[in-house]
Amino acid sequence: MSAEISPAKPSRNTPRWEHFPHEADMGVRGYGATLEEAFAQAALALTAAICDPAGIRMTTPVEIRCEAPDRETLLVDWLNALVYEMAVRRMVFGRFDLCIDGTALRATARGEPIERERHRPAVEVKGATYTELKVFRDESGAWIAQCVVDV
Amino acid sequence: MDLNRLTRLSEYAWRIEPVDAMRAPVIIYADEALIRAMDEKVREQAANVARLPGIVGACYAMPDAHWGYGFPIGGVAAFDAERDGVVSAGGVGFDISCGVRTLYTGLKRDEVDPLKRELADALYATVPVGVGSRGRIRLDHRQMDEMLAGGAEWAVRQGYGHPRDLERIEERGRMAGAKPEAVSPQAKERQRAEMGTLGSGNHYLEVQEVSEIYAPAVAESFGLARGDVVVTIHCGSRGLGHQIGTDFLKRMQTAATQYGIALPDRELACAPIESPVGREYLGAMRAAINCALANRQIITHLAREVFAELLPKARLDLLYDVSHNTCKVEEHLIEGRKKRVYVHRKGATRAFGPDHPELPDVFRGVGQPVLIGGSMGTASYILAGSPAGEALSFASACHGAGRAMSRHQAARTWGGREVVDELAARGIIVRSPSWRGVAEEAPGAYKDVRAVVEAADRVGLARLVAKVSPMACIKG
Repeated sequence: MSAEISPAKPSRNTPRWEHFPHEADMGVRGYGATLEEAFAQAALALTAAICDPAGIRMTTPVEIRCEAPDRETLLVDWLNALVYEMAVRRMVFGRFDLCIDGTALRATARGEPIERERHRPAVEVKGATYTELKVFRDESGAWIAQCVVDV
Repeated sequence: MDLNRLTRLSEYAWRIEPVDAMRAPVIIYADEALIRAMDEKVREQAANVARLPGIVGACYAMPDAHWGYGFPIGGVAAFDAERDGVVSAGGVGFDISCGVRTLYTGLKRDEVDPLKRELADALYATVPVGVGSRGRIRLDHRQMDEMLAGGAEWAVRQGYGHPRDLERIEERGRMAGAKPEAVSPQAKERQRAEMGTLGSGNHYLEVQEVSEIYAPAVAESFGLARGDVVVTIHCGSRGLGHQIGTDFLKRMQTAATQYGIALPDRELACAPIESPVGREYLGAMRAAINCALANRQIITHLAREVFAELLPKARLDLLYDVSHNTCKVEEHLIEGRKKRVYVHRKGATRAFGPDHPELPDVFRGVGQPVLIGGSMGTASYILAGSPAGEALSFASACHGAGRAMSRHQAARTWGGREVVDELAARGIIVRSPSWRGVAEEAPGAYKDVRAVVEAADRVGLARLVAKVSPMACIKG
């Protein structure tokens, strides 16, 4: 399976993200030593579906809160909250600081208003889906958070 | 797909018997090459749909079927409210009422060719396209609700187009039963700056030439002749539809548990038609259909402005406007008697045959135009609803080519500039804000749409009428 991997050391515990293929769309996957890191990396993978995260300036913070009955649903809600904020604020985000307490999530997403010439956005994400949705710890103890997003 | 797991019914039809918890069989329409290339997930997902309560007939998969969320894309399934039937947000998808509208221009290729480049530039400058684009229109709360209740009819009242346009739109331009109050404030907020925008991904506006005619008599009644230039718009209900999909996918997870519906896949989230959530979804989904119809109507108006400036002889009247992500209440023959059922079409086009009472008079003799979008730079096809479609698939046909390659793989295989240059060398002008977006939509990333429409024609889902080839493409 081919995958686009973020420029980081491929150790399981190192925070990083990747895309995995889905026939019509795209999967986003985040790795981290903590659940928060994995969620933040999945969010970066979401951004990378749209444009290069490296080109985003962190000028504007946006507060995000979600609550869900389980971790998987929390991931979908988190990504959908970002999709919503990106759509209504016309922004892209490049940094995410999260705190997850049980199934409640508080986060600050940082980014800037989208500039078409500079960010060159390729696609808009319509929503995060329950397809290939998994949030788990692997044998090395690393957290993995993933799902397919509809583009 | 492994052919050993299917029963071959004919050259173009394959059946999966109902086993285990399946309440109906699955029938897939495709030729052998298409079915061999089809993902196993299509079989799995269609079989899962066949397990949902109240399904009638069979779960059908069209020749362009591919792996979707819960339902396969290219899936058709009907549910009976009297048998505890369900409605599923996943069975409609995120891009509610995504569809295709084709406009005549009244011009021939040689009249448009000299101005093709200017036309592409002007359309690109006028129709908001791609991520981060905004429409000219801002709706306040009251106007938003009026739009959601009124659809293209509302748009015409606002001065976008002519009342005569409405006759050539499914539901005559306004989906009845819409409930703007069932649409979340978030969904409305997402739509505020998006009226009259094309979007991104596989959405486009194309100037096309009628390049082949397969059924001369039908083509003539559709008003199509070889060399005619037409304009085709492919887009949907934008942010509003996406948010309604997101909202109800979540609410229906809870509802399914509450009503004791076992979900083989979370994405199949559904609720009984006769439940508060089910009724609310139907009201919101119909409002999103109206949003899509209004959106295509506004884009039509923008295209007319461009043509009036550059090619004032053109008259952009509608051939037809079809939607391919919907759930609609329709009367069909179920076990020998006519019954009203809830037909989900996800990536499938309604294809009413001749004499269907819901068709405008102009199409009663020949069946409705079934507009099948190709991928960027490849041909699109116009088919006509056939009398056989009713018994085969609740009068449904395919909707497009379907991807053969993931976006990621496509972006690694081609460069956007290379794709644009190659198409330009073939006389096709592409305008897009994103090179990567163009690469991901490269013609080679899609299945051969010709094989898809030929299979639909041979099995009788719809009849091939004409091929249209791109001259200029505005791509999100």
